Amino acid sequence: MELTREEESALKGEQGEILQMAYRILVATGEATDAEKLIPIEWAHLSGVNYNTIGDAGEEFLSGISKDARVKVKTTLNPMGFDIDNVSNYGLDENFISKQLSIKNSYETMGVTPSFSCIPYEIFDIPKDGTQVAFAESNAAIHANSYDNLKTNKESSFSALASAITGKSPYSSLRKEDTPNVTIRMKVNNPNELTYGMLGFFAGKVGDTSVNISGLADMDKRQCKAMCGGMGTSGTCAKFLFGDGNSDCEKVDFDEKEMQNVHDELNTAEKGDLITLGSPQLGLNEISDLAGKLKGRSFQKRCMIFCPRTVKEQARKIGYTNELERAGCEILSDCCTCLTPLINKDSVDAVTTNSIKGAFYLKNSTGVDVNLKSLSQIIEEETR
Amino acid sequence: MKILVQGKAQGIILKSNDPINFLGTVDKKTGIISDENHDLFQKSIKDCILVFPSGVGSSVGAYTIYSIKSNNSAPLAMVCSKADLTVATGCALANIPLVIISDEEFLSIKNGEKISLDTKSSNPLVFLGN
Repeated sequence: MELTREEESALKGEQGEILQMAYRILVATGEATDAEKLIPIEWAHLSGVNYNTIGDAGEEFLSGISKDARVKVKTTLNPMGFDIDNVSNYGLDENFISKQLSIKNSYETMGVTPSFSCIPYEIFDIPKDGTQVAFAESNAAIHANSYDNLKTNKESSFSALASAITGKSPYSSLRKEDTPNVTIRMKVNNPNELTYGMLGFFAGKVGDTSVNISGLADMDKRQCKAMCGGMGTSGTCAKFLFGDGNSDCEKVDFDEKEMQNVHDELNTAEKGDLITLGSPQLGLNEISDLAGKLKGRSFQKRCMIFCPRTVKEQARKIGYTNELERAGCEILSDCCTCLTPLINKDSVDAVTTNSIKGAFYLKNSTGVDVNLKSLSQIIEEETR
Repeated sequence: MKILVQGKAQGIILKSNDPINFLGTVDKKTGIISDENHDLFQKSIKDCILVFPSGVGSSVGAYTIYSIKSNNSAPLAMVCSKADLTVATGCALANIPLVIISDEEFLSIKNGEKISLDTKSSNPLVFLGN
């Protein structure tokens, strides 16, 4: 990899230990992914925030580097483990709360915007077409590359952190022109967001860095997010292109049978003890849509709704929050279905959700069973 | 050969033919491998030149590499036959030299050999015998 004189100097440690470490990470990542140089980025979005995933090692590391490390570009943050406004309702242990707050504090000290959201593309303004960013959250990277005309690699939490500190990223894979070698042909009729989540999950298994998808009808925002979330969960693929692709592309059909395979892999229960909506977190239009669909009906069991804090505040002002709370919803900001300790296998056997991403992590990390239902099915069967 | 993290080290090779999942199967304090299905089960990776195919599992495993280094239980250097981002970033965080070698070179390396590694040298790996 070719480095500029200034980058070489930083790698040698002439600009301090933090920058030296950050450049070591970028060079190691760049060499591993065949990048020939580093390029400037304008926005970093970091993962590695939830104490449930990074543990004591991560907490100690961040606490240590936050003394000196400062981010150089706009930097936003993935969800953490809970919503401080209502964490006392969930019986979470003191140690988790204090370690999580230490992580929050470390990021804030470094100058990171504490957005605690996995949908940065929905709550921040999107920079101009072709802008280089570094998004560590998989659904956000896919959304940025596929819908927002931004460019990001599939980053690790460390490469994105190093990019935040240096303002640089390796020029590899998806930052360059990419030609997928697989085209997935969508063959399922009348798809809902659950179908698109399963399509994304399938695509992530089939594709390598990017895939073509053909046969898609017009999709709403919820369906696009579901597809990005599904794809980010199952593989390393971080972009889809719309269309048939080159004639020499391998063609793979996503039909009823393939959909059933994904469903059978992730759906392990007939019914759930509670419902979760939001993985990726819900945006304001999804909250508004839900409030409209409920129309006076109430959930017959617990329903947890995950959204960014800014969305929760907007929803409160507009009055959606009142309607959702009346219907029995618990509205949580700053966290997400994935890996929140607020859902615990000691008290919950199975969760109903319309999210493929949520289902994967509920099953594999939280260790509970999953009951998959689309939102319209949830409203029809779980509310009165 | 590809150099992912620069540096110098000299030591005894500990070779594994199994990939290593750093998150969960390597003890952060002692560097001992706790996975009973692993060919290094109950061995410590401390102060050796660790030769293994690649890392597997969660990228959070990079923090484990950083932790074992902080606890003075890390290998002196790592040598893999396949680059993976968990080991690459973990070694970068912890400043542990890391090189990627070919499958043929990997096959020819023997456990217990003494080796000298210097990524700045034109011949980065020098075998010093048993």
